[in-house]
Parts: sequence; C-alpha cells; structure tokens
Amino acid sequence: MSADAHHMAGPVGHGGASAGHGHDPHAHSEGGHGTVQSYMTGFVLSVILTVIPFWLVMGNVLDNSLVTTLVILALGGVQMVVHVVYFLHMSTKSEGGWTFMALIFTITLVVIMLAGSVWVMYHLNHNMMPMDAHDVMNNAR
Amino acid sequence: MMHADTAPPGAAAPVFYQTDEEGHHSEGSTMLGFWLYLMSDCLIFATLFATYGVLGRSYAAGPTPKDLFDLPGIAVNTAMLLFSSITYGFAMLEMDRDRIKRTQVWLAITGLFGVAFVALEIREFAHLFHEGAPPWRSAFLSSFYTLVGTHGLHVSMGILWLVVLMVQVRKYGLIVENKRRLMCLSMFWHFLDLIWIGVFTVVYLMGVLE
Repeated sequence: MSADAHHMAGPVGHGGASAGHGHDPHAHSEGGHGTVQSYMTGFVLSVILTVIPFWLVMGNVLDNSLVTTLVILALGGVQMVVHVVYFLHMSTKSEGGWTFMALIFTITLVVIMLAGSVWVMYHLNHNMMPMDAHDVMNNAR
Repeated sequence: MMHADTAPPGAAAPVFYQTDEEGHHSEGSTMLGFWLYLMSDCLIFATLFATYGVLGRSYAAGPTPKDLFDLPGIAVNTAMLLFSSITYGFAMLEMDRDRIKRTQVWLAITGLFGVAFVALEIREFAHLFHEGAPPWRSAFLSSFYTLVGTHGLHVSMGILWLVVLMVQVRKYGLIVENKRRLMCLSMFWHFLDLIWIGVFTVVYLMGVLE
C-alpha cells in the first residue's frame, strides 16, 4: 500500500511549478522526495541552529559554561530532528512505519550506550582517583 | 487481486497475501534496507562518541581542546557540509523532473563542497600534527582522531560514490536503477551531515568551552 503512494509521489511533485502549491504536501509524505520549500525550510532552520551555538561559544555570551553546554546540546538535538524530517524525509508513516521503528530502536540503544558509558566510567574514574602525580605525592606523605 | 471466485457464498473474500508484491516492493525494501544500514552505522558512531565522552578529558599533560581547536575553521567546515546537503537536495528535485544536465550540475557542486570539507579536515589534522598533537599523544587525541577521522572517511567514500553515480548517470541516464542509487546516496549524505552536528557540538564546541 505504501509502495503505491510512493510511486504517485513523483508525478504529484511536478505540479508545483504550474498553478499552485496546494497539492504538494503529498510529495513529502513518502520516501525520498521533498519539495523546494521543505529543503529550504530545513536549510534555514539548520543555519539558524548552527549559528546560535557557535555564537554562544565563540562570543562567550553566557558566563556559566554548564548552561552553555546544556543549551548547545539541546540545539544540536533539535537540529538533528530538523535534518531527519526535512532532509531525510522521515515520518512515522514512511515504509509502513518500519523506518520509524528502526529509528526509535536505534535511538534507544544509542541513549543507553552513551549515558551508560559516561556514567559508569565517570564513577570508575572517581573511585580510582589518585592517579596524577600530585595526589600520589600527597598520599605518600 | 480477485479471490472472490474461491470464497464460499456469503463469506468475505479471504486475502492470503498481497498479490502485487513483486513489482512494487523491490524499491521500497531497498530504501528500508539502506535505512537499516544507516542505523547500524549510527551505532558505530555512537560507540565512538561514547569512547570520546569517556576519554575526551584525559590529556596526559598534553595539549587540550582549547589549545588546539580553531573554531572559525570548524564553522567554515560546518558550512561546507550544510551547503552540500542543500545542493544534494536540489539535485534530487531535478532528478524528480528528469533533467539530467541540471541533476549532474548540482551533484558536481555537492561533490565540490564535499571535497572542500575533506581538504579542510586534512589541513586541520596536518596542523595538529605540526602542533605536537598526533593521535598517540594522549587518550583524548586518540579518541578525537578516531571519531572525526571515521566521519571524514565516510565523507570521502561518499564523494567516491557520488563520482561513480555521476558517471553512471552520464552513461545510462536517469533510469530507475540510477534514481534508486541516487536516493540511497542522498540518505547517506544527509546522514553524514547529521553526524557532523554531533561532532561539532560535542567535540569542538564543548571542548573549547571546558
């Protein structure tokens, strides 16, 4: 079923050049095709979401580096979503929902792997603290 | 399609399987399969990010990100990749309209942005070596080169794939197979741009912040 919609998406996309853009929403509901508007929207959003974090860090805008870190991580996350939606044309319905399922599964694994590694290794480092020369000397006394 | 003749009178027509699966499914399953490949590639990058997250502050009394990274240069690099993403998008739109020449021009522009990105990255690495920051200097640098280098290697392979496809399109035109290949490369290319968002945020911006 989704395959049929996919094949129709191509020809429908052409209509944009003639009368109006009213029919276009069909074009990016499925598969790899977008429209000029969807690509431009994605591009403009990406530029904004790239410029802000660089500006925050290079201009030293916020005094608190922890806040800056959280803000740039959040902006990076938002930009990734923008890319997935506007450039990769992902939606919950593409390929009958299977790409979305795979994406959710991957994100789950990635979060477990990243958060788990950093968490566990942080505690490991913490418990094996006296590694640098300064501490070793202090302990020796 | 029609099972009505095999059904008992009064019963709804049973549907055992989709009869038109053959012709339509092949393209759809290629895209899904390629998406699954990208997801597994995503896991590779996630392990490299995790490694960097763990080792990224182990300088071994060597240079720190603040000493090494040149943010304006990274901003230019980021711009190259972002421009290449939008130009690839334009190539796809021209492909939809079956305009071979314009598709090729946009693909070539995309390739040039990609080459610029890789060239700038090689220059950055050469500069770091010169500054006394090779991969073997500290755990931070080992994990840095592994993560950023793997991404750069992906982009280089993407450029090679792009060139091969441009030759294919030149030779055979925008046939169904070539369109499918171009769509796979499109996903690959945008995916690499997505990974780069993580790289410049976590490695460069957060590195300089610390």
